[in-house]
Amino acid sequence: MIETLSYEYPASDAVDRRAHVGVVASGNCEILLEPAQNGNASVVVRTSVTGFGATWNAVLARFFVRNPVAVQIEINDFGATPAVVALRLEQALEAAR
Amino acid sequence: MSALLLAESFAERGARERARALLDAQSFRELIGPFERLASPYLAAQGVVPQSDDGCVVARGTIGGKRACVVATDGRFLGGSVGEIGGAKIAGALELARRDAERGTPMRTVLALDTGGIRLQEANLGILAVTEICDAIVALRMLQPVVAVIAGRVGVYGGLSLSTALCSQIIVSEGARVGLNGPDVVETESGIEEMDSSDRPLIWRVTGGRMRFEQGFATALVADDVEAIRAAVQHAFEAPRELGPLEPQAFPDPRLDLDTFLRAMGIES
Repeated sequence: MIETLSYEYPASDAVDRRAHVGVVASGNCEILLEPAQNGNASVVVRTSVTGFGATWNAVLARFFVRNPVAVQIEINDFGATPAVVALRLEQALEAAR
Repeated sequence: MSALLLAESFAERGARERARALLDAQSFRELIGPFERLASPYLAAQGVVPQSDDGCVVARGTIGGKRACVVATDGRFLGGSVGEIGGAKIAGALELARRDAERGTPMRTVLALDTGGIRLQEANLGILAVTEICDAIVALRMLQPVVAVIAGRVGVYGGLSLSTALCSQIIVSEGARVGLNGPDVVETESGIEEMDSSDRPLIWRVTGGRMRFEQGFATALVADDVEAIRAAVQHAFEAPRELGPLEPQAFPDPRLDLDTFLRAMGIES
């Protein structure tokens, strides 16, 4: 079963370009990051590991507190741990700036 | 030791980075990239998370200053398996290369495959894709070399091993494997006496890159080093071998027990 989760966060900063990082492989995830048009941050997660919505929210909320970027993010997850997700988010942002 | 430290691994790269490494610096331009979102429409219904490029990267650029296209499958996503989308990307790239060659604007085409074969979740579509890929390789190799680079962690198995065998030049690394049925399949179908799929040295002695090169199933054996592989690819285009079916050197009866077989091949077991 796949779980699809959606989140929204307030954002103020713009990014220059889109970025693609990661891979849908065991313990890893793929992130597609694009500049958002509406000045908010929105995230859609598709994951093969169900029941971790609160953990996803915690990881994403912390990322957007530190980096309030107006982006649209799509994550395809294959069991990445929160630490791996946090690193992938930072990597994607670095590539987009 | 210093050579080992200085080597830049090809196998440790993902598919996109492998394509980038094979193309001349700064020439990489991806076609149908991840933001086109041409992912497999069949996986989610079967409980498998899809990947936005379907595990297959097609990139244009130059190799040795000449127009080129590299197709790379990503062995980390579902074993690099090929389904409808990935298969169409590979076949499409080969068919475009043939059209270009016929128009007198040839495009060097490299298949950097790292795949367990057809994706089981898309079985029939994968089989169709492999037939299209085989067709396209046969048509293209009448006009120019078709170069396969098998230098990933998976190697190439299943239907795509058939496609690989049709290529006019096959570059393998020692760490890669080339076979039709994977070790698990052989053990399941024929018993552990036939193949113990947990015996990694045995697997490499039977299907490893060095063995395949010695048998004549590959045209070049390279180290897991980006520069060495780039040089082998350029050489494949600049000094193409006589086009024709690969002729495996006369080799001993495979029904011999493995040690006798390897000795007859002149390989220390």
